[in-house]
Amino acid sequence: MKFSHAVIEKNVLLLVVLSLITISIGGLVQIVPLFTVESTIERVDGVRPYSPLELAGRNIYIREGCYVCHSQQVRTFKDEVERYGHYSLAAESMYDHPFQWGSKRTGPDLARVGGKYSNDWHVAHLNNPRAVVPESIMPSYPWLNRPLKYADMAEHLKTNRIVGVPYTDEQIANAVKDLELQAGALPDGDTSVVTARYPKAVVGDFDGNPAVTEMDALVAYLQMLGTLVDFTKITPEDLKQ
Amino acid sequence: MPTKIEKDAITGQNTTGHEWDGLKELNTPLPKWWLYTFYATIVFGVGYTVLYPAWPSLSGHTEGTLGWTRRGEVSAALAEQKAKIAPMMEKIKAAEVADIRKDPEMMAFVTAAGRTAFAENCAGCHGAGGAGAKGFPTLADDDWLWGGAPDQILQTVTYGIRNANADSRVSDMPRFGADQMLDKAQINDVSEYVLSLSGTATDKAAAEKGAQVYADNCAACHGEKGEGIQDVGAPRLNDGIWLYGGDKAAVVETVTNARRGSMPAWGERLDPATVKVLSAYVHALGGGK
Repeated sequence: MKFSHAVIEKNVLLLVVLSLITISIGGLVQIVPLFTVESTIERVDGVRPYSPLELAGRNIYIREGCYVCHSQQVRTFKDEVERYGHYSLAAESMYDHPFQWGSKRTGPDLARVGGKYSNDWHVAHLNNPRAVVPESIMPSYPWLNRPLKYADMAEHLKTNRIVGVPYTDEQIANAVKDLELQAGALPDGDTSVVTARYPKAVVGDFDGNPAVTEMDALVAYLQMLGTLVDFTKITPEDLKQ
Repeated sequence: MPTKIEKDAITGQNTTGHEWDGLKELNTPLPKWWLYTFYATIVFGVGYTVLYPAWPSLSGHTEGTLGWTRRGEVSAALAEQKAKIAPMMEKIKAAEVADIRKDPEMMAFVTAAGRTAFAENCAGCHGAGGAGAKGFPTLADDDWLWGGAPDQILQTVTYGIRNANADSRVSDMPRFGADQMLDKAQINDVSEYVLSLSGTATDKAAAEKGAQVYADNCAACHGEKGEGIQDVGAPRLNDGIWLYGGDKAAVVETVTNARRGSMPAWGERLDPATVKVLSAYVHALGGGK
């Protein structure tokens, strides 16, 4: 019997079997490479899960839609590397759920904004961007001065652990306390436990208000962005994927 | 329903042998130019995946015979750019800021390179052209907190002010009100006295009472006549230039809670030559000593 599509069209079972095979090939081509995604993450030192205060700030960053205008991805272009610093690594967003690479750049890229401005500047700028950058078209966010709700911080850490962020039991148990310590809300507290658990975390009362505000959280998050990997100690071998 | 394949009289093409309600379908071949272009794209596509990284495998992907990577390309482009400006950057790195300022060739480079570096790194706080903003000093005038000589500017840019760097410039004004070192009346008086130094006091009696409070608490850093001391970053108070506002409420707030503005240590973020470029650029903005 000469094989033609008429044979398949007239045999329902054959049609189903061949359709399944065709769809499976298409699916495998898309899915199998994802099993190797680990191999795309560079083996660099320094990247750690977010501290509770940073994570709270990150949640505010997402809530306010900062990603709509700001990307967090220095691309491998000469002009971007010259302007923002070393191009972003996959490793730097491996604990991001969801990642904040963004696709729209109305404002500057924020992947390496940490340490670039003072805390005072961030507070003044978020309250009213025009106060420090007259030509800015960024909206004002004055309501960030309200108190931060953080009683459920441990749950946020636990949720991140479910999707693969390696928070330890100790970090989860101390989530609320670490958050208060990092925001300078416990004047006599020993903040070294926070920096021990979360190296390079920026500790301080960011907005000058003794209470823990949303501003504290967001500024703590912004001040650590892109600071975890020490690029002076990176060799090309480390960046191999 | 299938019919016999036959030649169409008008076009001279064969039919496909399909017929619907008396309509027969022509089997016109694709235009040759289209067909060969299509084949060419397939050949190009296969060749591309051989030359460039393309096919995924279980442990990574094919590297491509050209060995091209996006990261390699940007590194090469940056190296080329660096090599191009290297002679000038080396010269600037080795020179004193004061000497850079006197050298027209180096200053031509500083003016161009400093403009972009300043816009990206400094203008966020200090404003375009160093115009300054409330809480962030103007760099285009000759009123300096930590000194406007070339080396003083270099020191400030490199190590910053009140940051985590070990060599950062540090001075913390006491929080006279918040830490209950002065009571409300004393703060009111001393604020009036401070305003009187620049002739803007509104309450002469209070200003007179504040003179003693000033002498006891403020003069050590801000000078007996409010002339300021740059070694400790204490601003001059007897001029009309105010970093946080010159109205009474702003001065009372400063005395009560102090102001401790900070600046990053740019030596940690930028290379030494760029830091020198910025220092010379800032010195040239108008107020360099």
